[in-house]
Amino acid sequence: MTIGIEHYLTVAAMLFVIGIFGIFLNRKNIIVILMSIELMLLAVNINMVAFSSFMGDLAGQVFTLFILTVAAAEAAIGLAILVVFYRNRGSIDVQSANVMKG
Amino acid sequence: MVIATLAFYLFSAVAVASGLMVVMSRNPVHSVLWLILTFFSAAGLFVILGAEFVAMLLVIVYVGAVMVLFLFVVMMMDVDFAELKSGMSKYVRIGSLIGLVILIELLMATGYWSGWIVADMAPDMRAAITPALDETHNTIALGTILYTQYVYLFQAAGLILLVAMIGAIVLTMRHRKDVKRQSIVEQIYRDADKAVEMIDVKPGQGL
Repeated sequence: MTIGIEHYLTVAAMLFVIGIFGIFLNRKNIIVILMSIELMLLAVNINMVAFSSFMGDLAGQVFTLFILTVAAAEAAIGLAILVVFYRNRGSIDVQSANVMKG
Repeated sequence: MVIATLAFYLFSAVAVASGLMVVMSRNPVHSVLWLILTFFSAAGLFVILGAEFVAMLLVIVYVGAVMVLFLFVVMMMDVDFAELKSGMSKYVRIGSLIGLVILIELLMATGYWSGWIVADMAPDMRAAITPALDETHNTIALGTILYTQYVYLFQAAGLILLVAMIGAIVLTMRHRKDVKRQSIVEQIYRDADKAVEMIDVKPGQGL
């Protein structure tokens, strides 16, 4: 049985759903939420590379590079915000991030 | 062919299992380590797909830089993770229900039974046709179009990284009161008049 594009799309869909599940499961822990977002971005990357490979179009891999760039920037900024938040509040509980609540 | 099929199933099974362990494990350090395993398996999948450069980028950039950053932050903070996990079981049911619904929807759209057919005009609409692998290597082909056809996007990606770097530094930098800092302006404007002070000491008295 040869591996077609739908096999890769299935793996990507499973990883994406695991990311969503992780956000629901770890609602209090920002670090694991950030990691779940990384998982979802990885699923998108797998989709991009699979389409690029099966269609013979390199543009998909170029887009993967840019998604990687944005994901790295997002992780850096997110972790910086997390460090500042922890320094001010002494906790990383999402529920305590309600200072700006109107 | 058999080896490629077996490798696909191995890598995808490891990727999905370790992805589940990322969200289920109790200790965030373990979560980061499982995430590293997920990225390695995804890099294996990319190699099978013939995207070697992206695979190596995933290993170097993600595992080498981003995951180490995560590990730093997790280990730097002294957080009671057991307390953070306390409400976990409350959301398992609703989370798995929503996840199952989305998974079924995605598989109906893209899965094995959906029956993918490539449209007739699709090969004509390719933006950058992949050269044959035996004449041009994947990295060379990618570099050839990245620095010509997509050069503006490439510059924009560099700008995004610059903004992220400056933002992270500005966010986390702080001046502590109890740590003495060097003031270069004060040092430059220091001269003999300020540095030396003449004190008229009376005989028989100290200062």
